[in-house]
Formats: sequence, structure tokens, C-alpha cells
Amino acid sequence: MVSLKTNLCGIELDNPLIPASGTFGFGYEFAEIYDINMLGSFSFKGTTKDAGFGNPTPRIAECKNGLINSVGLQNPGVHKVLENELPKLKACFHKPVMANVSGFSVEDYVYTVKMLDSEPQIGWFEVNVSCPNVHGGGMSFGTSPEAAAEVTRAVKAVTNKPVIVKLSPNVTDIVAIAKACEEAGADGISLINTLLGMRIDLKSKKPVIANKMGGFSGPAIKPVAVRMVYQVYEAVKIPIVGGGGVESAEDVIEMMLAGASAVQVGAANLVDPMACPKIIEDLPRVMEKYGIKDLKDIIGGAH
Amino acid sequence: MKDIIFTIETNKKIAKNTYEMVLLGDCADIKCGQFVNLKIEGFYLRRPISVCNVEGDRLTLIYKVVGQGTEVMAKMEKGEEILTLTGLGNGYDISKSGDKPLLVGGGAGVPPMYQLCRELVKMGKAPSVILGFNSKDEVFYENEFKALGANVIVATADGSYGVKGFVTDAFQMVDYTYFYTCGPEPMLKAVYNKSVTSGQFSFEERMGCGFGACMGCSCKTKYGNKRICKDGPVLEKEEIIW
Ligand SMILES: Cc1cc2nc3c(=O)[nH]c(=O)nc-3n(C[C@H](O)[C@H](O)[C@H](O)COP(=O)(O)OP(=O)(O)OC[C@H]3O[C@@H](n4cnc5c(N)ncnc54)[C@H](O)[C@@H]3O)c2cc1C
Ligand SMILES: Cc1cc2nc3c(=O)[nH]c(=O)nc-3n(C[C@H](O)[C@H](O)[C@H](O)COP(=O)(O)O)c2cc1C
Ligand code: FES
Repeated sequence: MVSLKTNLCGIELDNPLIPASGTFGFGYEFAEIYDINMLGSFSFKGTTKDAGFGNPTPRIAECKNGLINSVGLQNPGVHKVLENELPKLKACFHKPVMANVSGFSVEDYVYTVKMLDSEPQIGWFEVNVSCPNVHGGGMSFGTSPEAAAEVTRAVKAVTNKPVIVKLSPNVTDIVAIAKACEEAGADGISLINTLLGMRIDLKSKKPVIANKMGGFSGPAIKPVAVRMVYQVYEAVKIPIVGGGGVESAEDVIEMMLAGASAVQVGAANLVDPMACPKIIEDLPRVMEKYGIKDLKDIIGGAH
Repeated sequence: MKDIIFTIETNKKIAKNTYEMVLLGDCADIKCGQFVNLKIEGFYLRRPISVCNVEGDRLTLIYKVVGQGTEVMAKMEKGEEILTLTGLGNGYDISKSGDKPLLVGGGAGVPPMYQLCRELVKMGKAPSVILGFNSKDEVFYENEFKALGANVIVATADGSYGVKGFVTDAFQMVDYTYFYTCGPEPMLKAVYNKSVTSGQFSFEERMGCGFGACMGCSCKTKYGNKRICKDGPVLEKEEIIW
């Protein structure tokens, strides 16, 4: 018997799998096809103070081994999330959920976290300081250690739940930003969000994405993610949620060896809605293959 | 929604750059006006294609070769397997058709009109069908629609076959109680402006997932934001913002 259990900021997870924000809605689309309670947890769609449509379409572009999205932060706003989405989520998911929040100002983050804080099902806040899609939005916070720390501190002041800061990879020194968040009180670090990317259509000779650029994710970005998780693990003491290009049990193990306590799966859910159940089913076999009895034992094992 | 392995029964060219693929597999979930999402080997995202017809365990799709994915599809052969997400989208509401529904399809928007036409005929309705193409060599399924017993008019933009002009140029030739349409957006807009009754429009958008999870395909409507893949692809005339 192998053990898939892991722990994230004091909350026990049955397994390390956490579908990543923006690729899993509020869970119920997936609940139509499998029992999502088999997951470790999931991170729901990035929620903001006010409702937003996001960016103009087309906002999806295919790439080799990945996709670019410029969805932006389309969500119904925190009030509608509380009123409509969370009740539906509760009906199909009975474990602590990760609340992914974003904002256009420090006050926005604080407002959204305050509104959601009383929801008992929310286990962690995942504060997205990295969304590269919104002009003058998330980007600015995630690219400077001071701004990332400021958001962290402000959010920590209004909740007792663990605060995990989700970082952008579009920076020169990821370690400096992770450390700044840790010093500001973050309980965990999540990385990586999408890499800024672009595709040009040869027929129209124009960018495929209406907003020209967007966030690149999928298997193509995994080496970048593994490298950043590895670097941040060396520099901080708080747990890391690793993600970026994960689509197999092997990828999960690699991410944990780099230093992740839990692992996010994003784009893979979009191209194969059964991606996460398949990985969970496959993990024991792959663990045995590599002589791993307890997943907790391999966290940071590559260091 | 189901993810099912289909096996190709036939895959043949039926007009310029246009192919008909018949797939065998579990079609239990598939409704008229919905689409399926095909996993093509070598491509990261799936390819959304409308349901053209379903009979028993036979799913018919018609697709135009427009890029790399459809090019690969055109080369696929009998016996090859395709992993396919089925039961996607809302589909047409056929209860609103009235006695004389009008079906307007343009180019790659013709296929979903076929099953719709079949179902309307089965309900005892008398559908008229206007099919629009650029030119004669692109025309397909005229006889298939006629065989269903529909009143069929073909329009070609260059006048090489049927009525010369756009689908809307054939509107005065039919008397209709309601309409259903699918085709390129400029055509949909023209239908929107020219039509005198209410109706339903089938839209396309670039998709990440095709089942409502990523918000990649959203559009604004008078009733709020909708996802083309989940709340669409069919929208009612009254809700469209143009
Ligand atoms: C709901 C729906 C139903 C459709 N039904 C049909 C049909 O019955 N017959 C048919 O011929 N075509 C249909 N299309 C269009 C079809 O999906 C595209 O032509 C096809 O995806 C092109 O793939 P490609 O690899 O050849 O093109 P490429 O341009 O190489 O594709 C690159 C990427 O863009 C996407 N893409 C390109 N064109 C479109 C488009 N028009 N709409 C959405 N995504 C696109 C592709 O899926 C792929 O992810 C439908 C589209 C949608 C959204
Ligand atoms: C369509 C789409 C929407 C996303 N939306 C969000 C979001 O709202 N908030 C967020 O923190 N990350 C968002 N992300 C980033 C993912 O959560 C994840 O961090 C990233 O895609 C890398 O993982 P992957 O390679 O497994 O996709 C989104 C990604 C995609 C593909
Ligand atoms: S394509 Fe993902 S929500 Fe429509």
C-alpha cells in the first residue's frame, strides 16, 4: 500500500491533486462526469470584487503542447459567487476548496477576501498576483517584491485562513518575490501561473488573440515550472503548490521532488476532462515503479 | 457529456475542400444542434464540429479543410479511432418552429441543418431550406435535404448554381413561421437584419475546453454573458447584441 496523502498549510489532503484556477470553473461541470471528491481539492475560478467579462474574443490560441488564453478575469463578482456558484459547488464537493482571488487594487483583494472569509468550505485563499491578462491589473503586483508583499500583508490582516500567494513566472527573480511574500506573512506559495506568450496567424498576418498576447500554459511550460519550484523551495520555508504543464502521475512526482507539497493541474483538464481522475488512479502504480511508498517523503527530494 | 472512442466508417470528399465523415460509436447523448469535440493526433486542443446527423450508433460530421487539424482529418481512413467528447452545447429548441420553419445554412454552417430538418419533417412540419455557398463546386447535400421532403433553394455568391447572391436574396421566395440558421458571422448578421420572424442562431468561437470550464468562448448577450460551448452554440434572436 502506498500513501498519497499530503498536507498543505495544516490541512490534510487525500492526494496532492488540485485542479488549477480557471480550468475547473466552480467544479460542477466536472461533477457531471466524475465524483470530484476524489480530488485533493480544487482552486475555483479567479474571483474579483466586481463582475467582469474579461478580454475580447478570440481569447484562446492553440500552440504546440499548450495553449494561450487571454480569458482575463471573467467571473460574476464575489457577491454572485457567494449567491450562485458556491451553493452549487457545495452540492457536489465536500472538502475544503481553494478560493482563488484577484484584484485591480490592494483594496479589491481585501474586499474579496473579507467577503469570502466566512465561508466554512474555503480552506485556503490563493491570491493571484500574477494574472498577466488584465491591463494594469494583477501583473503589477506580481512583478515587484514590494507590491506582492503589500497585497500579502493586506490580505493576511483580514483572514485567519491560510493565504497562499500565486506568483507570476514573468519576472527576472522569482526567488526575491517568493521571499518577500513569505516575510509578509504568506502561508504558502503557488507557482507557476501562465507565461506571457503570443501567436500570429499566417492567413490574416495578425495575432490570433484579440488582446494580442496571453498566458501560455500546458505541457510545454513544465520545465520552467519545475525550475521555479526548485528555486523557490531552496529559498523559503513555507509549503509550495507546484503547477505548470502537469498532465501525468510522473509529472506530479517530478513537481513534488522539486519541492511541491501539492500539485496543480490546469490546461490538462480542458483537453481531457478526466485528466485528474486518471492521474490519481495511475499514481500508486508509478510510485511503486520508482520505489516511493509515501508521497510526503519525496517533497523536495531532488535537493 | 461523454468522452467516447468512435471508429471511422467512411471519410470522403463531397465538395471542394469539404468532407463527410461517418463515425461509429455511442451516440446516445447527442442532440440536434449540438457539437462534438474531436481529439486529433498531434494537436493540443480538440476540434469542435457540429452534429450533422445521428442515426443509431452512426454519427455524421461534415467539415471543411481550413487548417492543419482538418487537413489531418481529411487524410484519416476507415477503421481509425477518434476520441470524441459528445453531448456538447444546448442544441436547437425545435418546439418553437411553427408549421413552416425556415432553415438557413451557409458553407460549413450547412451540416447542423440536416438533422434539424429531419426532426422537423418527422414532427410533421414543412421546412424550407436555403443553402448558401460561394460557388457551384462547394455545393453539397442539396439532394439529401430534398430526400427529406424539404423545399430546398441553393444560392451561390458567384451565381454559378441556383439563385445568384446570398442566402438572404432567396428570402422572398419562402414563407416562414420561424427560422434556424448557422454559418459565417457576416451571413448570420444579414439573416438577423432581413428576417421578419423570431429564430435561433448557431455561433462559433475559438474554444479551450468546449464544455464550459475555461470561459474561453464567452460572448455578451442581452441576458448576460454566455459561453458559446455550454450556454450556446444556439442563441435566440432576441438575446443577441449586434
Ligand atoms: C460549435 C462549433 C461547430 C463547428 N462546426 C463545424 C462544422 O460542422 N463543420 C466545419 O467545417 N467546421 C465547423 N466548425 C469550425 C471548426 O471547428 C474549425 O474549422 C476547425 O477547428 C479548424 O481546425 P484546423 O486545425 O483545420 O484550423 P487551424 O486554423 O489550424 O486551427 C487552429 C486552432 O483554431 C481553432 N479554430 C480555427 N477555426 C475555427 C473556427 N471557425 N471556429 C472555432 N475554432 C476554430 C481550431 O479548433 C484550433 O484550435 C465549428 C466550430 C464550432 C465552434
Ligand atoms: C483558461 C485558463 C484560465 C485561467 N484562469 C486563471 C485564474 O482565473 N486565476 C489564476 O490564478 N490562474 C488562472 N490560470 C492559470 C492556471 O491556474 C495555471 O496556473 C496555469 O495554467 C499553469 O498550469 P497548466 O500548465 O497546468 O495549465 C488560467 C489558465 C487557463 C488555461
Ligand atoms: S470553450 Fe471552455 S468554456 Fe467554452
